[in-house]
Amino acid sequence: MQDEPTPVELTKSVADFLRSDITPLISGHQAFKLRVAINILDLVTRQLTQEEGSAAKEVERLRALLGIDGSVTELNRVLAERIAKGEVDLATPGLAEHLWVTTMDKLAVDQPNYASYKRELGRNP
Amino acid sequence: MIETELSRSVQRWCKGATGVTGAAKLSGGASQETWRFDIVHPDGPIGAILRRSPKGYGAAPTRAAGLAAEAQLMQLAFEVGVPSPRVMHVLTAEDDLGTGFIMQRVEGETIARKILRDEEFAAARPLLARQIGGILAGLHRLPQDKLPELRSRGATQEISEFERDYRSLNWPKPVFELALRWLRDHDPGPSVETTLVHGDFRNGNLIIGPDGVRAVLDWELAHLGDPMEDLGWVCVNSWRFGEIDKPVGGFGSREELFAGYAAAGRKVDAARVKFWEVMGTLRWGIMCGGMMQRFREGPDHSMERAMIGRRASETEIDLLRLLAPRGS
Repeated sequence: MQDEPTPVELTKSVADFLRSDITPLISGHQAFKLRVAINILDLVTRQLTQEEGSAAKEVERLRALLGIDGSVTELNRVLAERIAKGEVDLATPGLAEHLWVTTMDKLAVDQPNYASYKRELGRNP
Repeated sequence: MIETELSRSVQRWCKGATGVTGAAKLSGGASQETWRFDIVHPDGPIGAILRRSPKGYGAAPTRAAGLAAEAQLMQLAFEVGVPSPRVMHVLTAEDDLGTGFIMQRVEGETIARKILRDEEFAAARPLLARQIGGILAGLHRLPQDKLPELRSRGATQEISEFERDYRSLNWPKPVFELALRWLRDHDPGPSVETTLVHGDFRNGNLIIGPDGVRAVLDWELAHLGDPMEDLGWVCVNSWRFGEIDKPVGGFGSREELFAGYAAAGRKVDAARVKFWEVMGTLRWGIMCGGMMQRFREGPDHSMERAMIGRRASETEIDLLRLLAPRGS
């Protein structure tokens, strides 16, 4: 077991430093790049916090949907192939729901301010 | 310094010009650059823009029409009254500036978020969707016998091309697979009419002023094909910049776009427009994947490129909203 602070806490401390201490000192294109850098660290923090739980549930749904076992990457590959072959489609029970939950979990990490995501978040599925 | 070459160039083709000032690079990757500068003239400065591939970068990427074709299209558009900058000069070897062209600078805004939010454009915004319909109708009516040589692309070929691009990424995405299936199932086949298609007509590629659209830019993806492609692409959610209930670039409704197109004497096929909107959403998603791949494998190891890779999921949610919408 590794010591603490955790990766989330460490990453956050760097993001906070850049946001509060460095942002006021920089302008122009470098300021734009600094914003991108901070966004990256925030994304990493969200992924470190959320991925474990969401990936486990994704695997559970994929196992039920496909009737086989495997890693989250392997199962996604199989699902992609089956959709490509037409073996699974939106009429397949559980597919639409699975894709929605999986996509919402991705947006929660990638782009939680994206307007389509915020709209769907406010909806009762 | 680029001003030396530009000064020599303008004195050859711009009567009375004595040189240039204020050259500044606006954007540019390795193969294509945009510069702004002012031509010094006894009647007052003339605002100009240079679009060029620097020497040694002559070859255009496969999908691009090439800068010479772009210049020809913009000039043609200008002549028939489609808002477009006037092309002042097409570069020759003598100019020693690479390949490309110099055009008149049109003042206005291209940054989509500013156009959608700043007070300056408040009066223009409600008129833009309809105006864009009229502009697209004019663009689709450009005389075909005057067009430069362009690639020809219909729906069926585009599906195959995007599928190939997506498969080459080795990036299994169930939502993209679903979209590809949907596109194949809804392929409308060859269009009744083949016209010039701009190929990248969207909020971000338009110069807009308080009076509306002043110029259509970035013709590099122009081709011959289904005119409905342009109407679908301008509606892709990625170009609404948060104004998701206004499909036409965040400005207004499809009905207004269609009305403007019809008022200019051209027919809309709404089912084809929807097909191209789905196609366009997937197209941007695959482009995000391409950015990720270039970030990982190519020389451009920038943070910006990396983050665009993480925007593919935006197109996944938009594809689901189009193909498997949830109840309210």
